Amino acid sequence: MSRYLFHRLWQSAVTLILATIVVFAGVRALPGDPALALAGEDRDPESLRAIREQYGLDDSWPVQFWQFVSHAARGDLGQSIRTGEPVNGMIAGALPVTIELSVLALLVAGVIGIGAGVLAAVQRGRPAEWAANALALLGLSVPNFWLGLMAILYLSVALGLFPASGFVPFFTNPVANLHHLVLPALILGTGLAAVIMRQTRSSMLDALSADYIRTAEAKGLPPRAVIGRHALRNSLIVVVTIVGLQLGALISGAVVTERIFALPGFGKLTVDAVFQRDYPVIQAVVLVTATAYIVINLLVDLLYSVIDPRIRVRGDA
Amino acid sequence: MSAVLEVQDLSVSFRTEDGRISAVDSVSLEVGASEVLAIVGESGCGKSVTAMSLAGLLPRSARVDGSVRLDGVELIGAGKRTLRSIRGREIAYIFQEPMTSLNPVFTVGSQIGEVLRTHLGASRRTARARSVELLKLVGIPSAERRVDDYPHQLSGGMRQRVMIAMAVACDPKVLIADEPTTALDVTIQAGILDVLRGLRERLGTSIVLITHDLGVVADLADRVAVMYAGRVVETAEVHDLFAHPQHPYTTGLLGASPAAGRHADTHRLAEIPGLVPVLSEQPDACTFADRCGQALNTCTASQPQLTRGEHGLACWNPVGVS
Amino acid sequence: MKVTRRILRNPLAIAGLVVLGLAVVLAVFANFLAPHEPTQTALDQAFAPPGTAGHLLGTDDLGRDVVSRIMFGLRASLHVGILAVATSLVIGVPLGLMAGYFRAIDALISRLTDLVLAFPFLILAVGLAAIRGASLGNAAIAIGIAQIPGVIRIVRSETLRLKSLDFVAAAVVEGASDAWVLGRHILPNAASVIIVQATVAIPAAILGEAVLSFLGLGIQPPAPSLGTMLSDAQQFAARAPWAAVMPGLAIMLLTLAFNIVGDSLRDALDPKASRR
Repeated sequence: MSRYLFHRLWQSAVTLILATIVVFAGVRALPGDPALALAGEDRDPESLRAIREQYGLDDSWPVQFWQFVSHAARGDLGQSIRTGEPVNGMIAGALPVTIELSVLALLVAGVIGIGAGVLAAVQRGRPAEWAANALALLGLSVPNFWLGLMAILYLSVALGLFPASGFVPFFTNPVANLHHLVLPALILGTGLAAVIMRQTRSSMLDALSADYIRTAEAKGLPPRAVIGRHALRNSLIVVVTIVGLQLGALISGAVVTERIFALPGFGKLTVDAVFQRDYPVIQAVVLVTATAYIVINLLVDLLYSVIDPRIRVRGDA
Repeated sequence: MSAVLEVQDLSVSFRTEDGRISAVDSVSLEVGASEVLAIVGESGCGKSVTAMSLAGLLPRSARVDGSVRLDGVELIGAGKRTLRSIRGREIAYIFQEPMTSLNPVFTVGSQIGEVLRTHLGASRRTARARSVELLKLVGIPSAERRVDDYPHQLSGGMRQRVMIAMAVACDPKVLIADEPTTALDVTIQAGILDVLRGLRERLGTSIVLITHDLGVVADLADRVAVMYAGRVVETAEVHDLFAHPQHPYTTGLLGASPAAGRHADTHRLAEIPGLVPVLSEQPDACTFADRCGQALNTCTASQPQLTRGEHGLACWNPVGVS
Repeated sequence: MKVTRRILRNPLAIAGLVVLGLAVVLAVFANFLAPHEPTQTALDQAFAPPGTAGHLLGTDDLGRDVVSRIMFGLRASLHVGILAVATSLVIGVPLGLMAGYFRAIDALISRLTDLVLAFPFLILAVGLAAIRGASLGNAAIAIGIAQIPGVIRIVRSETLRLKSLDFVAAAVVEGASDAWVLGRHILPNAASVIIVQATVAIPAAILGEAVLSFLGLGIQPPAPSLGTMLSDAQQFAARAPWAAVMPGLAIMLLTLAFNIVGDSLRDALDPKASRR
């Protein structure tokens, strides 16, 4: 276990260092003088010099890189060239919205995906399986931002069931907060639910044909225990890894969903920054996303080893 | 002797893409109290299907006809709930693959305890204590520690002992052991057979032993039923069968098996030429006729019925009778 | 040819193929088939509902014909989808083959894969748009790069499987060079999984293009794209819902057709998996 842990930590560290180098190099790959890009509209020689100073643009690349890393490690991600606000503050303000949205979407996707996947596997060859498969195929094929538009058009505007846009912080008003997030979470969760459903179905079918299921049936266990305990537990091990791999899709989806429902989250920050050529923000957003992805996947892998005793406990037989 | 398990005219067929395929045809068997009945035959002869059908463990595509009585209670056609309450409690199973027959994500203790909790309503704590006792009963050393192990931490022989412990947890009337030693090393096989023998002696469990290994049969069985292509072709007390086999298939099987006290490598197996036929193709003939060295015209024209009595036989032209 | 027969026995797969064929025809011959210029505005005909003479699916806020724009949008979608998947295959297949075949560089390539995975495709597109500007080509590159890890993973595991088979071992024993074994024995046998991967990657890339164009990071207006049509239509969706509904349906049908064909292709190539 400790060796596995060490190995995974080491891998993640290497990936994180590489990702930092990519982001650093990306900013240097901006067309023209990075100082000009980082200065934005404000191009008098004085402020250009200040920017060169601040980013150490006149130093050698290794020194610049070290500066970049040590600043980032201290949480100093620079200032927005549009508002002059510190970027870490902007991110700290936007992140909770995106995290809440993503967690809710994951919850929706997990409940629907696992439920439908188990149903499809158990009802093999019956109408329920056919329906679940068809829904999963639709879920994979439908553009979720379009689904969002339709939901706003028909559920929010026409029927007035949900607010079409906007956000209320959870601690201000939990009910209004959830009311605003139900639709975005459902929309964001659709694609992921389809992926989870397909994975759950196929690993449940694998599990249900396993010898240990025959044993469980021979023991006279009720279907609840055979399916819910013996088969599902083994299937979920695979499903958990899939969720880790789908994290990138979830982040991408969150950006679009926030755009549609005008949620003041990480995605809105990102898209706005691109259109305003707010390079310090773009750089920070990319770096934070990559770091989050790497850290969360590390956690998923550790979780995986907790669920699967074959990894947790070394065999001594 | 009154039979604990009585099987009469058991037939099993499967629905497949190519139509219905018969796997077991009118099999009748009897197992007395603390008796060991061995069902032997080549793979594909229907012996495992027979075993699985006894407690309704076959998939939905199977159709089962006939009668299976456990202590006089009819099991064929019984409700799912009834069958569940019998499985693991009155009829218990041991399977061939101890590697895969245990669930990898639960400790062996919880898998044994599950049976006790389901059938006897035992508490977590009593289930655990009883699991330790059961592990001791099947000869697992330091059972108190092993009870918290996961299957992958145990060797194949140990896992099979765990399977047996799980099977006898509720002191079942009948234990069905489907190739219990096939997947194990020869040295470990003997240990498993000792455990089974001990259970029969101490708990009085009746055992149905499914195997293709005549060495195992000679070691453990009281009576033998020889199956071929879904039918029982010969049945007799074990010594009688080994000494006086009458069906050409049985003699072939005995010839094809290394002799008792044998070294598997030193004797060439006398293979029976040909393949086990698909049963549905020849309903009205002796299924062995195509491979039989002494088949008569009758053999391909009509099906011989199994005779009743101590030494049952289904053959038109038995060995040693001229 | 067994594969073709298996697919043709599946009515759903045939429907998928028909829709795909139709989409390809509409996209390729959009110049001839489209009733109007896709970028031609006619303010006096703005917000014409579907069924209006000359405008089968209506017009948008600038009076542009929705049918014509969808046809050209399909062209852009397929263009990006194929370009992106081609990019991912050109880079991913050799890397996957090498990762599976040469133990020494397997770890290196898997670090590289982890690195790419750490940048979700939208973030990649954001970075690329920031550096090189937003365009169809850059959108395709971003999507293609994001799909490389998937290609590597699939080709690598197939290579590992094939490498352990007797005929490959025999070639190695006979002294065939690594390049020969990879190109002559492993690649042709891995072709089927690569094709299946491509058929499921294209619809994903098409969805990706729609998302990027919707956000303004892909195809730039006034060039028609299903994504930009949707983002335009968002402004006036309440007044002209058809302008928002139709392009979305077009994307969905196209990706659905690809996914159905991909699924049935996979099942036909591996009947054991389909019974599952």
